[in-house]
Amino acid sequence: MRAYLPAYHLEAVRDLNELLARLNREPGRWKLFAGGTDLMVLLEAGKLPHRNFLSVWKLAELRGIEVASDSVTIGAATTYTELRNNDTLAREFPLLCQAASETGAIATQNRGTIGGNIANASPAADSPPALLVYDAEIELVSARGTRWRPFHGFYSAYKQMDLRADELIRRIRLPRGQKNWRFHYRKVGTRRAQAISKVCFAGRARVENGRIADVRLAFGSVAPIVLRAIQTERLLRGEKISPALGRAASDQLAREIAPIDDMRSTAHYRRRVAQNLLAGFIDLLSSH
Amino acid sequence: MPDSVGKVRVHCRVNGRAVILEGHPMARLLDVLRDELRLTGTKEGCGEGECGACSVEMDGALVNSCLVPLMHAEGSEILTIEGVARERLHPIQQAFLEHGGTQCGICTPGMILAALNLLSRHPKPTETEIREGLAGNLCRCTGYTKIFESVLQACRESERGS
Repeated sequence: MRAYLPAYHLEAVRDLNELLARLNREPGRWKLFAGGTDLMVLLEAGKLPHRNFLSVWKLAELRGIEVASDSVTIGAATTYTELRNNDTLAREFPLLCQAASETGAIATQNRGTIGGNIANASPAADSPPALLVYDAEIELVSARGTRWRPFHGFYSAYKQMDLRADELIRRIRLPRGQKNWRFHYRKVGTRRAQAISKVCFAGRARVENGRIADVRLAFGSVAPIVLRAIQTERLLRGEKISPALGRAASDQLAREIAPIDDMRSTAHYRRRVAQNLLAGFIDLLSSH
Repeated sequence: MPDSVGKVRVHCRVNGRAVILEGHPMARLLDVLRDELRLTGTKEGCGEGECGACSVEMDGALVNSCLVPLMHAEGSEILTIEGVARERLHPIQQAFLEHGGTQCGICTPGMILAALNLLSRHPKPTETEIREGLAGNLCRCTGYTKIFESVLQACRESERGS
C-alpha cells in the first residue's frame, strides 16, 4: 500500500554546516535523502519506516571527484554516472566504474549515489565489493568532528554500520599508485541491466613469479553484509598458483560465506557461483 | 519553501514552459506531471524504477520520474514526451511508427525519451550503446527487436540529415 505522504518530511538544507547542526541538535530524528532510488521505492510500497529526511541531493560539499597525487576522493553524493564518466577512475579504478555501469540502468545511474549505496547497506549492493578490494576509506563527519576509517569493517551485521546518529558519510578515498595488480569484477544477475545481483564478485591481486604476492577478494549477496573474504585471501597470499591451491581456496571460501535462499536465488546456487567466480579469478591470475 | 501545511512550491520549466508546481516535497514527479500539469503521456509502469515507462529528462539526464521527489525538480528543466515533437514528429517518433516500435504504447513515451537521451550523449551510437541506452526500459509487446530497429533507423536518418 502506498505511503501516507503527510506523515513524511523532506527538507532542504543550505550547506553542510546546517546539515551537521541539524543532525547534532536532534540525533536520530533525521536521515539523509540523496537520489532517492532506494527510498522512493520503499515510500511507494508503504515500507519506509523512517519519516524525517534531509535532502543532500546536489549539496556541493558532498559532490565531486578530486584527484590528488596519492588518492582519489569521491563525494558521497556523487552519482554512478559521474563515476562512470571520470577518466581517472576509469583508468585506475575500473572495477568501480564497472560496478557503476552495471547498477540499474542509465536512469538509476543518473540519480543513485555512491554514499547512498553505502548507507543503504544492502548486502547485494554493487559498488561496495569494488570499494573493498581497492582498500577504500570513508570519511564520517559530524558537528563534533571528522574521522576517517577503513571501509572494510564498516558493516557489523545486516544493515548495521559504524555510523552514529549525528554522522554522515561525506567522502570515499581510494589510494592511488597501486600498479601491477590484476583485477576482475563480475555481477551475476538475471539480466545485464536492472538486475539485483545473485552474486557479485570483485577481486584484485598482484602476482610475482607465479606466487600471489597480495590479494583482495570481495563478494556481494553471499552474506548478511558485503563481505571481504579475508580468510580466503590469507590462504592465497604468498602461495604458488596451482590447481591444489585453487581447490583449497574454494573450500575455504565456502566456509567463509553464508548465502541464503531468497526470491532472487538459492544458497546452493550462490555458493557454487561464488566458488566458480573465485576459480575463474585464480585462472586469470595463472594466465601469462 | 515549505509552507504551513508542509507543501513546497517548486519553480521549474516543463517542455520549455516556466511552471510553479505545488505539492508534498516527496510527491513523485510522475504524479505531479500527470495530475497537476495533465501531462499524461508519461506513464506509470512498475512505480519502482524497474521499467522506465515514466522516463523523463531532467536537466538533460534521463530519470525515472516515479523516483524523483518533487523537491528535487526545483530549478530544473524537464522534458516529457509532450515536448518531443515540434512542427512535426521527431525522427525517433517517426521511426517508431514506421518500424512497428510501438504496440500497446505504454512503454513508448519512456522508450522514446531514453532513445532521445541516448542520441544526445552518443550522436552515433554503436549497437551496444543502443542496447545499453534502452536497457532500463521494459516492453512486454514487441520483443525489443522492432524498437531497436526503430532507434537504429532514427540514427541513420540523423546521420544522413547532418
